[in-house]
Amino acid sequence: MAWFWQRNKSKDVLKERLKLTLAYDRAQLAPGMVDALKNDLLDVLKRYFPAEQEALKVELEQRGEKVVMIANIPLR
Amino acid sequence: MKARAIVVTSGKGGVGKTTTTANVGAALAKLGERVAVIDVDVGLRNLDVVMGLEGRVVFDLIDVLEGRCKRSQALIKDKRLEGLFLLPASQTRDKEALDSEKFRLLVRALIEEDAFDRVLIDSPAGIERGFQTAATPAEGALVVVNPEVSSVRDADRIIGMLEAREVRENFLVINRLRPKMVERGDMLSVEDVQEILGLKPIGIVPEDEKVLISSNEGEPLVLKNGSIAGSAFMDVARRIRGEEVPFPDLREKSGFMGALRKLLGGS
Repeated sequence: MAWFWQRNKSKDVLKERLKLTLAYDRAQLAPGMVDALKNDLLDVLKRYFPAEQEALKVELEQRGEKVVMIANIPLR
Repeated sequence: MKARAIVVTSGKGGVGKTTTTANVGAALAKLGERVAVIDVDVGLRNLDVVMGLEGRVVFDLIDVLEGRCKRSQALIKDKRLEGLFLLPASQTRDKEALDSEKFRLLVRALIEEDAFDRVLIDSPAGIERGFQTAATPAEGALVVVNPEVSSVRDADRIIGMLEAREVRENFLVINRLRPKMVERGDMLSVEDVQEILGLKPIGIVPEDEKVLISSNEGEPLVLKNGSIAGSAFMDVARRIRGEEVPFPDLREKSGFMGALRKLLGGS
């Protein structure tokens, strides 16, 4: 029975999807393009930080008025 | 709202622009304003039928813009409400006939020469020329949005375009909200929509069968009392006029299931 009460609310899924979609829309970027850029960036980063491969992250984020791309590179 | 020329827009079609224009226009007139509602959806005239004034159309917007008649000849006076006038769209001409600059001057003239307190402009769907023209004279906007994925996305585009055009006094009309679905977490809440779009609501209109019934009959809802959507539109008009009107709580009184859910720790 618990699954019924605790199922993911569909509006939370929608909210996340919308936030990301609108970030791309506002930045006038094609999501596929950003994905390709992300992968390229990751490849470069991996060359310099081989030990940290798993922890490397590149993400798009809305910050107030601006959409920013954030690369997260933990240095131990 | 200080804005006297207000565009009603949404990007996406079918979310309730025309219903909003008709009802907010009628509500403003009911509150004593002299109001002109203008249908800018050239080729797809609809505001006339929603308002029940279709039988009285002689001249239209394009006729006025091209000088075939005077403004006063094309404005249809609503007999039910003192101070409410409709300027219908042309049904036969194409959109190319609509000139932004001429349209801007027409709306100015309605306000400055014909003493209209408010001009509501019913924008066509889309983000192309029709919308651009409709937004040209506007100082403010009612962005009609349904709490649903495509409507919210399109509203975001429209809001960006309004800001780029320096239309500044913009508010959301959140239409067709279903409080039960919101409560269940299956529909974006008013707060969610406001957070995502970064615009304040001036109206929250719950889904209401009476909206369809009233458009069937050509009687704006606000003419009659006793519908939740009608009183929501009435509240929009009051807020436009600067009254502080709290948003009523649309949630159902929490019944057995609500109590049970709380007991089980759900939200």
